Amino acid sequence: MTLWGLMILCGLVTFFIRYSFIAAEGRFQPADWFRRLLPFVPIAALTALAVPELLLVGGSVQIVNPRLWAGMTAILVAALWRNTLLTIGCGFAAFWLLQRLI
Amino acid sequence: MSRRQAFALGVRALLPMLLGVAPFGVIYGVVALQSGIPPLAAMAMSSVVFAGSAQFLLAQLVGAGAPLLLTAGAVGLVNLRHALYSASVAPVLARLPQRWNLLLAYLLTDEAYAAAIPHLLAEPRSPFAHWILFGSGFALWAGWQLSTLIGVALGAQLPADLGLDFALPLTFIAIVVPMIVDRAGLAAALGAGVVAVLLAGLPYKTGLFIAALVGLVVGAVLSRRAA
Repeated sequence: MTLWGLMILCGLVTFFIRYSFIAAEGRFQPADWFRRLLPFVPIAALTALAVPELLLVGGSVQIVNPRLWAGMTAILVAALWRNTLLTIGCGFAAFWLLQRLI
Repeated sequence: MSRRQAFALGVRALLPMLLGVAPFGVIYGVVALQSGIPPLAAMAMSSVVFAGSAQFLLAQLVGAGAPLLLTAGAVGLVNLRHALYSASVAPVLARLPQRWNLLLAYLLTDEAYAAAIPHLLAEPRSPFAHWILFGSGFALWAGWQLSTLIGVALGAQLPADLGLDFALPLTFIAIVVPMIVDRAGLAAALGAGVVAVLLAGLPYKTGLFIAALVGLVVGAVLSRRAA
């Protein structure tokens, strides 16, 4: 019973975090500085998610690791061709290749 | 763009991420059972909480017998960055009926946001823009439920580690790099990336949230200076 209560509580917490600004939209006039932050949410949040996955191995920075250099390959491919599937394909190809080499 | 096209666009944008999410879901199912959570509750968690890393944490804390409020607070911290997504998509969802807002908020995960946001920004005026987010959200939801179910059914067997989780950072790279079109964007990415690595040791993923905030501020300050 406590487990289900806890689950529902955590579900509500998660939901209201995701609902917060959607619910507030139109109810208040956001400040200028706040509006200037918003265009950077995708870049900042998704980079924060991705970079530790490339650089950290077991919690410490590793320069010689397949994920980092496969990620660099993907960044280069994405910058040159702006194609999602090509980026993911080249990234994985580099990852598997480097795993054999390193 | 029709309703159907918008939905299909959202689903398609999310599909590569399922490669990384599916093994994660299977492992969650296994870990939840190992923490002593009954199969039905482990499955229900995936639709009631519906948040990958928070569910892992929840399973661990339940297994360790942590107090209720501490557990809920930790789950909140882990998911705090979703408030940023909420702020980011809110203008696109303005004037939608309440039931749509509730549904899309429920589906607003890292992956769904990442898949949908470039398209939402490209077509903010499309009357069916919200169907893009719904498509991404639904595809992730279905994939998460299915992979959790497989994990719960497998029980004690962990799947072989093929490194498929690498699909997630790769897809984020594929999404973010084309969005960086000026120095402010580049600085936002660098700021967020550096801080995320420096603060990776902070508990409950709070480093991620702080890193994202730093990126936002750096980007906004530089874009203002450029303007």
